[in-house]
Amino acid sequence: MIGGMLAELPLLLGVAPFGMIYGVLALQAGIPRLPAQLMSSILFAGSAQFITTQLYGQNTPVLVMIVTAFVVNLRHALYSASLAPHVQKLSKPWQAILAYLLTDEAYAVAIMRYNHKGAERHTHWYFLGAGLALWSCWQLSTAVGIFLGAQIPAAWSLDFTLALTFIALVVPSLMDKPAVIAALSAGVTALAAYQLPYKLGLIAAALVGIAAGLWSEMKWKKSG
Amino acid sequence: MEKIWLTILAAGLLTFLTRLSFFVLLDHWQPPDALRRGLRYVPPAVLSAIIFPELLMRNGTFDFSLVNFRLLAGLVAVLVGWRTRNIFLTIAAGMAVLYALQWLIH
Repeated sequence: MIGGMLAELPLLLGVAPFGMIYGVLALQAGIPRLPAQLMSSILFAGSAQFITTQLYGQNTPVLVMIVTAFVVNLRHALYSASLAPHVQKLSKPWQAILAYLLTDEAYAVAIMRYNHKGAERHTHWYFLGAGLALWSCWQLSTAVGIFLGAQIPAAWSLDFTLALTFIALVVPSLMDKPAVIAALSAGVTALAAYQLPYKLGLIAAALVGIAAGLWSEMKWKKSG
Repeated sequence: MEKIWLTILAAGLLTFLTRLSFFVLLDHWQPPDALRRGLRYVPPAVLSAIIFPELLMRNGTFDFSLVNFRLLAGLVAVLVGWRTRNIFLTIAAGMAVLYALQWLIH
């Protein structure tokens, strides 16, 4: 377990400022302190928390916020599928705890360990250590952000870190042509559908992008 | 006030179920190939659907110009992310460019 915590440490350097920025932005969007902090505990997903905060500030209906957060977190199903063979033998409570802790950063550390050592012996403890280290860091940095919140002026443009973080996440996922096509068609659709009510353009754009990726993959395979 | 609690609880539950999904499902059911392949395009599609308007829409209108600082900073971030694959450097570079442009103009 200690090994997992240590492996997670370098990633925390990037996570801590992100958690603080989330806390600041949540207050700026008008979310009270308690739900702002508990969103970090219950949702425990940085990108979904950022987008929910932004939508809340724009007075978006609840259902749209829920569906948008769900769509943004849909990528976790990928991690779940990728780790599933390694956690099949664990008990249900273990699976539930590891699933709760399954974020981008915990996945990155856990999958490297599993690929390297296999599912033997104590690898789930390693996964747990990585997840807990990240969880603690996220709660703490959120609290610091909420504490600082009121003193950080909006002129610092901290909301721009949302786009920048997503750029940092999306670039490595553009590994092949279908992925690039999925990204571009989703982006263009999001612009074209920007005027749709309730920010529904985002969900529509995501679906168009996924369909375009699948379509180009099939086309590519046939011709190649 | 109730709005934010309802959102946190429902989105939290859905996120937990998403993360748990294949841990539990794989025991009983092999997902169809199309679903697995479709999932691969979720990150590029969803993230781009958020990024494009963030960079290109200013106050509700389309802005593709050199005075759109967020677009310029975002393009630099894409370049840095592509070269370094480092999340922290990507964000830092984007913010640095945005601040530099704002400082130069004002």
